[in-house]
Amino acid sequence: MSDLISLTLTGLRDRLAAGEVSARAAVDACLARIQATEPALSALITVDADAARARADELDAAGYDPAKPLWGVPLAIKDALTTKGLRTTCASKILDNFTPFYDAEAVARLRAAGAVIVGKANMDEFAMGSSTENSAYQLTRNPWDAERIPGGSSGGSAASVTARQCFGALGTDTGGSIRQPASLCGCVGLKPSYGRVSRYGLVAYGSSLDQIGPLTRTVEDAAALLAVIAGPDAKDSTCADRPVDDYAAALAARPDLSGTTIGLPVEFWGQGLDGEVDERLRAAVDTARGLGAKTVEVSLPHSKYAIAAYYIVAMAEASSNLARFDGVRYGVRDAGAEELVDMYARSRSAGFGDEVQRRIMIGTYVLSAGYYDAYYRKAAQVRRLIRDDFAAALAQCDVLAGPVSPVPAWKIGAMTDDPLQMYLMDIFTISLNLAGLPGISIPAGLGATSGMPVGLQLMGRAFDEAGLLAVANTLFKALPDAGLPRAVA
Amino acid sequence: MKIPPQEAARIAALARLQLPEDKLALFAGQFEDILGYMDQLGEVDTTGVEPMYSPAEHATVFRGDAAEKRVRRDDVLANAPETDGTFFVVPKIV
Repeated sequence: MSDLISLTLTGLRDRLAAGEVSARAAVDACLARIQATEPALSALITVDADAARARADELDAAGYDPAKPLWGVPLAIKDALTTKGLRTTCASKILDNFTPFYDAEAVARLRAAGAVIVGKANMDEFAMGSSTENSAYQLTRNPWDAERIPGGSSGGSAASVTARQCFGALGTDTGGSIRQPASLCGCVGLKPSYGRVSRYGLVAYGSSLDQIGPLTRTVEDAAALLAVIAGPDAKDSTCADRPVDDYAAALAARPDLSGTTIGLPVEFWGQGLDGEVDERLRAAVDTARGLGAKTVEVSLPHSKYAIAAYYIVAMAEASSNLARFDGVRYGVRDAGAEELVDMYARSRSAGFGDEVQRRIMIGTYVLSAGYYDAYYRKAAQVRRLIRDDFAAALAQCDVLAGPVSPVPAWKIGAMTDDPLQMYLMDIFTISLNLAGLPGISIPAGLGATSGMPVGLQLMGRAFDEAGLLAVANTLFKALPDAGLPRAVA
Repeated sequence: MKIPPQEAARIAALARLQLPEDKLALFAGQFEDILGYMDQLGEVDTTGVEPMYSPAEHATVFRGDAAEKRVRRDDVLANAPETDGTFFVVPKIV
């Protein structure tokens, strides 16, 4: 394995800037690592080797450009984001042949900053899932144990970053889909505030919940990627017209956690938490205290209703958003139909997997005549109560801390027959999407029983990514580094 | 909450899906579990609570009133299953 691969994103960036490494060498190191580890991992749906090499050569020929903060840095992109000229499937058969003619805004900003896209990462179909087992293409393995899931839905991004196939990746988080795979694979995953990053070019699942964010090996790396993708975009009317803070400066200004108050929501630290997860997370909170942080108990009283409210909202939005896949403008059309409505139904029935069909149908049901008030409107009301709970809790502290997932990565196939059981795994991540707040998962070491990574979740105030990243960075550096994952060592 | 298979078939039709009977039966059972779980929201007193449909509330964004050609016809048609070079082509409608 090349030494280059063990650098962090910011470490590589500095070597590239100093002229010690060429963009081509960085890309070649990633492609070699991909070739060596993909047979075991299956993290990427598409590897764009030729274009990545060509782009690196272009960068090298033009010379280092200090105006490009990610000059020569190889990255992977979740296959839910459009990439110009590069197949984008959303891990669905219905988009099997889809090659976008434009980049998602976040991707365009990465490219403009000099980053090189090496591949498109596997995911649950249309980001619907918590294990990446709902991909129509391949089963991604956890880099720590090939018999276990990598989490989801951004499981390919998390596995790829953790296995050192690339220096960072973009994922998307509708109900935990960045934070949970980061926790289960042992990397860093940041879900920014709703509206911090443009969703233009993100294939929509739950439009009021979806947010794009980085998966990286360090908090500093996540800050470096967020700095590039964050900020207003006229092409997404929900993208906030707010300036982007200087995240690197915020990180540098926080050598310890004195003066920081961490809130511990009682609803997140009680029953339902696996013993080895609980143990690792309490040790992480002790580390925070050792760095000078003060902890206070807070309450999020409506937490127990978050899963119900979340799945109603998410499925309702999904049923509307996925109406666009009708076999007319893009995607796969069933050739057997002779009449339009029949063509829609045949194409959608053949193109969508079971979980996607399930969510579209429940979403259709909760929006249908007679049920709208009882389900969708009610869920939207509970959503406001959940957001108010967070506002009250965050008035008493700087950040909240809790688990990401109640359990470490489970065995492949263990929950595929029981969709509700899988939904319940999202208990600690979804309320943040309902509230629109930023959250980050940082590695807190390996569980004593399973030997699998456990992530700590830190949650902050809306648009205070600077404060959240600063606390996360200080704590991250003091927590144990698990090193190179076993299954790809 | 009981979901008979014919109700599952009705929802599938609304969602423009055509599913075999065994799958409709499987889904109907799963929907009972899932919707039954969702029914616990009934416990929450939401009297007078304004629904929150998005974290970006009251967002009305205006762009400059200037024409912009962002996409080319050929690009838009390139991914379509069937076109005549100018329009999307679909099967007959009635």
